[in-house]
Amino acid sequence: MSVREWTYAIVVVSFALYIGIAIWAKAKTTKDFYVAGGDVSPLANGMATAADWMSAASFLGMAGIIAFAGYDGSVYLMGWTGGYVLLALLLAPYLRKFGKFTVPDFIGDRYYSQSARIVAVFCAIFVSFTYVAGQMRGVGIVFSRFLEVPVTTGVLIGMAIVFFYAVLGGMKGITYTQVAQYCVLIFAYLVPAIFISLMVTGNPIPQLGFGGQDLASGEWLLDKLDGLHQQLGFAAYTEGSKGMLDMFCITAALMVGTAGLPHVIIRFYTVPKVRDARISVGWALLFISILYTTAPAVAVFARTNLIQEVEGRAYAEDVDAAETVPAWFKTWEGTDLIAWRDKNNDGRVQYRAGAPFLGKPAFVEGTGDNGERLVANEKTDNANELYVDRDIMVLANPEIAKLPAWVIGLVAAGALAAALSTAAGLLLVVSSAISHDLLKRALRPNITEKGELLAARVSAAVAVGIAGVLGIYPPDYVAAVVAFAFGLAASSFFPAIIMGIFSRRMNKQGAVTGMVCGIVFTASYIIYFKFIDSGPGSQDRWWWGISPEGIGAVGMLLNFAVALTISKLTPPPPQHVQDMVDSIRIPAASRKEG
Amino acid sequence: MPHKPQAHTDYWRANLRILARLLVLWFIVSFGFGILLVEPLNSIRIPGTGFKLGFWFAQQGSIYAFVLIIFYYVRRMNRLDREHGVQED
Repeated sequence: MSVREWTYAIVVVSFALYIGIAIWAKAKTTKDFYVAGGDVSPLANGMATAADWMSAASFLGMAGIIAFAGYDGSVYLMGWTGGYVLLALLLAPYLRKFGKFTVPDFIGDRYYSQSARIVAVFCAIFVSFTYVAGQMRGVGIVFSRFLEVPVTTGVLIGMAIVFFYAVLGGMKGITYTQVAQYCVLIFAYLVPAIFISLMVTGNPIPQLGFGGQDLASGEWLLDKLDGLHQQLGFAAYTEGSKGMLDMFCITAALMVGTAGLPHVIIRFYTVPKVRDARISVGWALLFISILYTTAPAVAVFARTNLIQEVEGRAYAEDVDAAETVPAWFKTWEGTDLIAWRDKNNDGRVQYRAGAPFLGKPAFVEGTGDNGERLVANEKTDNANELYVDRDIMVLANPEIAKLPAWVIGLVAAGALAAALSTAAGLLLVVSSAISHDLLKRALRPNITEKGELLAARVSAAVAVGIAGVLGIYPPDYVAAVVAFAFGLAASSFFPAIIMGIFSRRMNKQGAVTGMVCGIVFTASYIIYFKFIDSGPGSQDRWWWGISPEGIGAVGMLLNFAVALTISKLTPPPPQHVQDMVDSIRIPAASRKEG
Repeated sequence: MPHKPQAHTDYWRANLRILARLLVLWFIVSFGFGILLVEPLNSIRIPGTGFKLGFWFAQQGSIYAFVLIIFYYVRRMNRLDREHGVQED
């Protein structure tokens, strides 16, 4: 069977599985729809959370980002896992005890304020849509690359699948399909990683392999890579080049943002008990860490392979095979992800630090002297001739390692599983924010159970439609607004929820002012440095050298400081709210309101 | 269930002590070893491997430590719940 046949077969089987699960797990009540009936086992919830969390970007992008950033890429590894410690220790058990359905539920009830609830609803919707656009795009790209259908058709197929299980099954359908999706995606990630680790270092465990010796030369692999990097003018792979304060702030913003993301928090309402909420965060992080500790190993293997197999090789075919670029180089050049511009006209690829030309490659008709595709971009005056898209690292790995065709099909199915599971989780947040928080809790408190369930389904369906449109016509700023999602979650939800639990004295005035200051500060900084002053040299004007990605950490501190000060100057919250805080701190059921 | 303010206060204080200890640990393995102290630690190699210690903490060790911290917390809290009689059911 060819690669394409394998890919079709594996993708179709996995989709059939998801649809089968969706029919089996149809939601009958709003409780089923919002929190899967509240009786998901902690292990299943952990797996579902892991699939929910690991998006197309984690699956396809992360190893690539680390491969190109080296030590600097650690901010993502620590940031996107360390947040789960905060979630387990500071949020999940208490929110489970609180026992409603959504994040705005907590904010609105704890701060006895409809306006706080509505601010939270809009933050939740904004954060979720920011994220979901990237997922649908990811689905479209995987379809177009592996199955050779147009991106639009790919997005439409993805929408149909998500529509089916998210609209029918709600949280219940999503949870059990996510369990299946986790299994598919982790298997698809590990198989090529194990093969490559064996090939490069002789050790089947990638986490150990990248600390081992290179089979070919006997050198420590990391030393060899550091050497290659320095030879070509890059910073040493294991040392990096970001400032320490910026590393610190980005890691903090990502950790806190992770703990404050509504689609992650909402998952801990689905288990029966406080005890289950605690352990299911543990399972979630364990399942996530399998991928997150493999990714840096894949990054090192891929980076070393890339440099060794490409640098100094001739492009034209008539040169000795050991001296020419490998076949995958041309395959990926054909998909616009690799571009080569022979600046010194020697017919060989010269890979150095710096961008080969300005912007993403704009391919034009015709070929150059060696048969390479031509680009119209204005070239830079450094020596680098090679453009490599970071996403290629995971996608091209099976080919670079010469793995069998079914592995490539598996990677495609894994990437789709990662994108679909995250998209579904986010769409559920949007749908529950509209039908539950906005409609039931704010606008139409008398709505019937049946009416609310219908509203939830309709808003899920509309959200799927909007997500699809964002996937087909992606706004240019998608990459830039991801900083927004984490920055907003870090500077608004996280402090508000933490203070709601750990400070009995925190009142409406303090929390709302804190949230507003945190959001306004963080959003202005990000907008200013991402859109207004984003050109070269803007880095020098960053405050204390902190990048827009890391500013959420400062916004969070500002939120805490403002909220604590204002609450000292204003009256304490009413008695029933203080009683509620006492109640969520104790696992045993003793609360009066339900 | 009768209201037991003192028992609940004791439980909450003990909980905060556990949280503080674990969060210090969480900070040390990530921000401490992975970022602030990465350069001095990088002069140490993990014996028998090519890993510089600081780099290893930033890309591997901190993540393993996070998993252990959560599982320890779960066990410790379940015990604390029972000691203070506030466990569910």
